[in-house]
Amino acid sequence: MKKIHIFGLIVIAMAIGIIVSTAGDASTYVDFAQADEMAKEGETKAIHVVGKLKKDAAGQIVGMKYDPVMDANHFEFVLVDNNNREQKVIYSSPKPQDFDKSEQVVVIGSMQGNHFACEKILMKCPSKYENEKPEFKEATAKKV
Amino acid sequence: MLLGNLGHLLVIISFVTALVATFAYFRASNLTPLPPLLNEREESPPLSVGRGAGAGGGVWLRFARLSFYVHAAAILGVCVTLYVIIYGHHFEYHYAWSHSSKALPWYYMISCFWEGQEGSFMLWMFWQAVLGVILIRKVGTLEAPMMTVYALVQAFLTSMILGVVIPGVDFKIGSTPFLLMREAMPDLPVWATNPDFIPKDGNGLNPLLQNYWMVIHPPTLFLGFALTLVPFAFLMAGLWRKQVIEWIRPTLPWALLAGVVLGVGILMGGYWAYETLSFNSYWSWDPVENAVYVPWLVLIAALHTMIIAKKNATALKASVILVIAQFVLILYSTFLTRSGILGNASVHSFTDLGLSGQLLMYLLVFIAVAVFLAARAWKLMPSDDEEVSTYSREFWIFMGATVLCLAAFQVIIPTSIPVWNSIVESFGGKSNLAPPTDAITYYTKFQMWFFAVIAVLTGIGQYFWWKRVKKGNLQDLLTPLWITLFVTAIIIGFGNLNKGKDTATFLQYIAFLTAAMFGFVANLFIIFNIIKGNYRLSGGAITHIGAALMLIGILWSSGYQKIVSLNASGLMISRDEFFTKDSNKENKENVLLWLGQATKMGDALLTYRGPRTEIRGVPQYVPSSWIDIIEGDFRAVCLRDIAIGDKTYHKKGDTVKVYPENVYYEVEYREASGRITTIFPRIQFNERMGAVTSPDIKRELNKDLYSYVMMGGNPNEIEEWSKTESFTVALQDTFFVNDYVATLEGVGRTDAVEGVTLNPNDVAVKAQVKIFDKEREYFMTPTFAINQDRMVLRKPEVSEELGLRMQFMAIDPKTGKFTFDINSKQRDYIVMKAVEKPLINVLWIGTLILAFGFGLATIRRFREFRLMRDKG
Repeated sequence: MKKIHIFGLIVIAMAIGIIVSTAGDASTYVDFAQADEMAKEGETKAIHVVGKLKKDAAGQIVGMKYDPVMDANHFEFVLVDNNNREQKVIYSSPKPQDFDKSEQVVVIGSMQGNHFACEKILMKCPSKYENEKPEFKEATAKKV
Repeated sequence: MLLGNLGHLLVIISFVTALVATFAYFRASNLTPLPPLLNEREESPPLSVGRGAGAGGGVWLRFARLSFYVHAAAILGVCVTLYVIIYGHHFEYHYAWSHSSKALPWYYMISCFWEGQEGSFMLWMFWQAVLGVILIRKVGTLEAPMMTVYALVQAFLTSMILGVVIPGVDFKIGSTPFLLMREAMPDLPVWATNPDFIPKDGNGLNPLLQNYWMVIHPPTLFLGFALTLVPFAFLMAGLWRKQVIEWIRPTLPWALLAGVVLGVGILMGGYWAYETLSFNSYWSWDPVENAVYVPWLVLIAALHTMIIAKKNATALKASVILVIAQFVLILYSTFLTRSGILGNASVHSFTDLGLSGQLLMYLLVFIAVAVFLAARAWKLMPSDDEEVSTYSREFWIFMGATVLCLAAFQVIIPTSIPVWNSIVESFGGKSNLAPPTDAITYYTKFQMWFFAVIAVLTGIGQYFWWKRVKKGNLQDLLTPLWITLFVTAIIIGFGNLNKGKDTATFLQYIAFLTAAMFGFVANLFIIFNIIKGNYRLSGGAITHIGAALMLIGILWSSGYQKIVSLNASGLMISRDEFFTKDSNKENKENVLLWLGQATKMGDALLTYRGPRTEIRGVPQYVPSSWIDIIEGDFRAVCLRDIAIGDKTYHKKGDTVKVYPENVYYEVEYREASGRITTIFPRIQFNERMGAVTSPDIKRELNKDLYSYVMMGGNPNEIEEWSKTESFTVALQDTFFVNDYVATLEGVGRTDAVEGVTLNPNDVAVKAQVKIFDKEREYFMTPTFAINQDRMVLRKPEVSEELGLRMQFMAIDPKTGKFTFDINSKQRDYIVMKAVEKPLINVLWIGTLILAFGFGLATIRRFREFRLMRDKG
């Protein structure tokens, strides 16, 4: 076996390693029921849940709490996932600007007891312009 | 109407001429006899394709050139037409309406051009047309086959803005920027009543892009994109004409130029993000960023293998693959960002214009062409007779290129997860993979090690390159190694590198620092000891020094960045279990600043001074309360004289131009030393994107203090006051106003009321109400005046600090009591985050050095190419 072949094998092995680790590190889109199960099984990896804000008949958002005077870094809201399960979500950062306007919300984090601890919020806001598709906004609670 | 038709006509002309040029160049190539095949790895005789084409080929060649010149002129015409539409505010055109507005100063109108997808395609085509014209004149050999590929790429790009519907099959090719409003939005009700309706003003440029970096970053980036085509086209020509080695020499300088321009373009984007977006960083591993970072890495790898390809057949084959890969990856990145496939994986990809099919075809066609030509020519490529020695320069450079490719591979795989999901779904499967949650941590843990290795290899590689070390003679490398270890040890000893880091992180950072430092020291040695400052040869070493400095700068500015806006009040903010666990260390990273109240942050005292607005032409931001912005307009009326220092810029009542979306929050930093700095972080109340925060950066030589407002009020929104509460009190009475304790301290006659001229017979009294807040006391002094006609004036007083408005309503002489009406509102506050980024300037300096070194290397290779061409 020539050196170049060994070298090639090493490169291929690393490439496969990269693919495998990507599959391992990738997050998944789940609903709250699955998120609950995963948390019970001791899975700590952050997951994506897609949902809508809970609203009452008048279209008012229900269950949203943010009091910057008490704690600027605590924001709570209720998200309804695609299976209509409601879930309290806690986001340990200031409330993202324009959160109220978002049509669809993707929360990234994991279930912790009775609530979903969210590290990052992706918001899909309706665009003001008819000809444009909705735009996405991102907010992160990530500690730098 | 005329303009749009002209533009559309020019687009069609440019498309047709690109196809004609492709065909003509194709004919010219085929009519030229192939040069003798090379079996030996020697310089081939001068090639005959091009200047002296064979019989028949010459006519086609001249025709092809003419077609390409017409094509380039048409592209230029398309760009000029679109710019005239934007600049002339022709809002009957959808592109002008949706990307521009009358409010824009001329320099931002340039950015409107490429805000839309069509315009950015045009920018790309424009650069390719310009480069094509230069190449025709400069290339000499290989012109015909190379320009065949080149013109074909132009044809594909032009088709993206064609906007032609094929009748019968209802398939739209491209999206034209010359659509009228009526055509773009036929459902608007206005057309029924007024078919000639022209909007008065446009939607405007996304305010986020109203930044000088956005004027120069896209052209640089797209020039980089355009330049990646040049090596690819040369390679295709070489493979097609079976000149499997000769393509390298003319390609190398262009590949270097592509490397520097694309690199600078990417970094400009990073710098813009750092200054404008509060993603908190110059790089956030967003899919859109990754999509262009990957081809750049591959291009850099290709550059390195090309340098050694003449000596080493493996490197030659690798160069072929990598040059194809860098171009295909550029197309892939275009597909990722413009097909809408990234969907919610990215915050700043373009929306889908219905071009995804066309883009995919573009990508697949060139993959097919490249693979076919490469496979056909593969056998013609030489192979190495003997194994490459571990002690040869080829070995080390090849290693470096390999690691670069692995680094690129590691990034492109997770970035492609949305593509993977769509592929699985298109076959009826279900895939719920999502990109890694914490992109920065995720990518860093891989890229850090790849680049540590690369830094070491830059040093070793240069030593082998200049043949200073060979088998059994490695001691020259020892000097830089000892110096590296010495310097690193000093930094570790005095740099407090373990502060706030766990042992594992600390050790990793040390390893990374040592590697980067070695790259720096070794390349410095090369310059001073070996090249002896011969600037023509030092391009490589200088570039590597720049790269090493960038790594060091990144290590500090990201690895050792420190949040300084920790909540230092010492009070528990919330008793919720979520906040109290982990000894309260959760998320106390934002400070709440009340208007006018100094708050401690680290060693500094911070005071929020209120919202500010930028008036165009006035050198400083002014309090937002000085002006009243006309709703839906970019102008405002001055509510008082606008004076800065001694100079009055505008009188009360003047109409001034402002940037109405931008609110700057004035925050004063008072350091322990007494030094005061004022910063103005911004929130942009952007109708398209919602509120976007931009930092203000307090720059020092060794660090940046990077502050941004997480929450802030919009002063241009109407304030909501609470219902009026009336208080009737006697002197020295204490009463409760909205949680504050207030005392009426006194009432006295006054001779002057601000903003009112008092006549001698008028009577005015002023009340003094003392209000206690937690730490301070405030005085409010509302006035009550009666003139001779018994007209009553009650001038209210507003305290923004307390969020109170007080009006002196009545005096009852019988009871000696006074009545006040009080309204309250939310006190003005901001929530701010501040991060310290040490040594970030090392990163920027490294960037400049890298670009400079690249430039030197490019010049050197262009000169070599010219010498060789003129010689033979």
